[in-house]
Amino acid sequence: MFQSVQNDALTCWVLRAGAVISALVMLLILAFLLIESWPVLDQITPARFFTDTSWHPIEGTYNLTPMLSGTLLASMGALLLAIPLGITSALFIVFYAPTHLALPYKRMIELLAGIPSVVFGFWGLTTLVPLINQLHPPGASLLAAILVLTLMILPTITLTTYSALKAVPSEFLHNAAALGLSRWGMIHGIAFPAARSGIVAGVILAAGRAIGETMAVLMVAGNVVQHPEGLFDPIRTLAANIALEMAYAMGDHRAVLFVSGLLLMLLVMVLSAMASKIGKNQYA
Amino acid sequence: MLEVTTINKWPHYRDRFVQLVIYLLVFLVSAVFAWILFDLARGGLTHLSWEFLIESPRDAGRAGGIGSVLVSTLLILLVALTAALPLAWTTAALLAEYVPTTSQFGVTVRFSLQVLAGVPSIVFGLFGNAFFSVYLGLGFSILSGGLTLACMLLPILVSTAEAGLRAVPQSYRLSAAALGMSRTATLFHLLLPVAAPTLAAGLLLGIGRAIAETAALLFTSGYVDRMPGSLLDSGRALALHIFDLSMNVPGGDTPAYASALVLVVLLLCINMLAMKLAYGLQRRKIMTT
Repeated sequence: MFQSVQNDALTCWVLRAGAVISALVMLLILAFLLIESWPVLDQITPARFFTDTSWHPIEGTYNLTPMLSGTLLASMGALLLAIPLGITSALFIVFYAPTHLALPYKRMIELLAGIPSVVFGFWGLTTLVPLINQLHPPGASLLAAILVLTLMILPTITLTTYSALKAVPSEFLHNAAALGLSRWGMIHGIAFPAARSGIVAGVILAAGRAIGETMAVLMVAGNVVQHPEGLFDPIRTLAANIALEMAYAMGDHRAVLFVSGLLLMLLVMVLSAMASKIGKNQYA
Repeated sequence: MLEVTTINKWPHYRDRFVQLVIYLLVFLVSAVFAWILFDLARGGLTHLSWEFLIESPRDAGRAGGIGSVLVSTLLILLVALTAALPLAWTTAALLAEYVPTTSQFGVTVRFSLQVLAGVPSIVFGLFGNAFFSVYLGLGFSILSGGLTLACMLLPILVSTAEAGLRAVPQSYRLSAAALGMSRTATLFHLLLPVAAPTLAAGLLLGIGRAIAETAALLFTSGYVDRMPGSLLDSGRALALHIFDLSMNVPGGDTPAYASALVLVVLLLCINMLAMKLAYGLQRRKIMTT
């Protein structure tokens, strides 16, 4: 039935239409975030998000810095823990594991990646928070957020590092072995430099994921709007703030939440553009 | 004259030390994974029963089951897939078969999807609320939740399907052309059937993504835990049910454990099946996220 040239042209146009719609989704999202945040962006200068006295959106003060610092501290803490864990996990799979352990461990990491954020949050709330509470009340804290986020971005770092290490040409490694390098000497001197761009790209992707994560952090971080003074202080992140206040936000308050959504999206866009630029340099 | 060289022992000890550290850290990661699963199983198994799966929640979820929640989840999923699959697969077919990889059009579409893949789910929730719920007037409904999820699923469905189509050997296309098959016929009768396992794996990954999602559904499909009467009713997804029970309902921990166990087991099964399809048939690797 599909034999004529007209049919081919028709298929091509149908496919083209589908692709155009797919590409437009992105623009539609940006457009609606802009439209919804316009009432506020139009009236007040962006500097007020940093210089206002506090975050009391009902009274018209919109200081976003406590949420920004909460987001950044939680993400950086999680990266600090997840980078060594993720890279060692990948090293284990590629270089150290006995064959009968490498694949099961990789599958386990992939399954870990599929566990929903709400389940991580629930586990953190019922297990981690009481444990931290015994150590230092109140329990729901920056530390809990960091630990839960670490678990969530660990698979991203492990799997991207794994792909980057796998892509290192095997003759590099054979040559290193032939020169009598020790195993760590080979990894440190040959494999890491060759895979560096891939690993960095993976870390940046993971950072984007940590910044945008909402539910898990919302459930364990305590959600007090403040600059945390220590690991045991509760924090509120930008994404959690949107989830908490969107339900009752009206007028300008709603618009400010859309501004913070826009901010999150731009942050993540910059990070993913960086990741893809860096990732292109690796051996494929 | 022969000189006796002393072998430097330091690299050897260093290797041993690094190996020990790596084994310890890997053990730690595995132990935490086991700990999570064990906790969920211990908290949820006693509460889990057939009645729990089919009854509707009562008393804000403290009693009863998750029957209506499962129905809502399924409906949201169906809406999302109905909207996303045709778009995603046409896009993938175009990108893989019809436009050169370096063409401006292909690069633009791919870039837009790549950005979409990185957008945080709460931002999808904001957009869904503004566009589907308010602008299109769908309100808090299964339809607006499903459509929001459809936007979220597009990137993963496109990238897996594109990888699957690209993995079909070039000789298939040449043979089809030599036999005088039109490109449309080649696509429908040859390429899509050959790539079917990867398409299915991508579909399963998408389903896993969709039923794990909470933040995007908070302000689009809503909280109502009754049995939905139509697609325009609000319906509570399973992940949202867990969130609500653990955060807003005092004494909701036990049913929350049981719901979390159901969700995790469901996801583990879906993802394992996806891996089996993706790896078992020696396809190109498509699991990178």
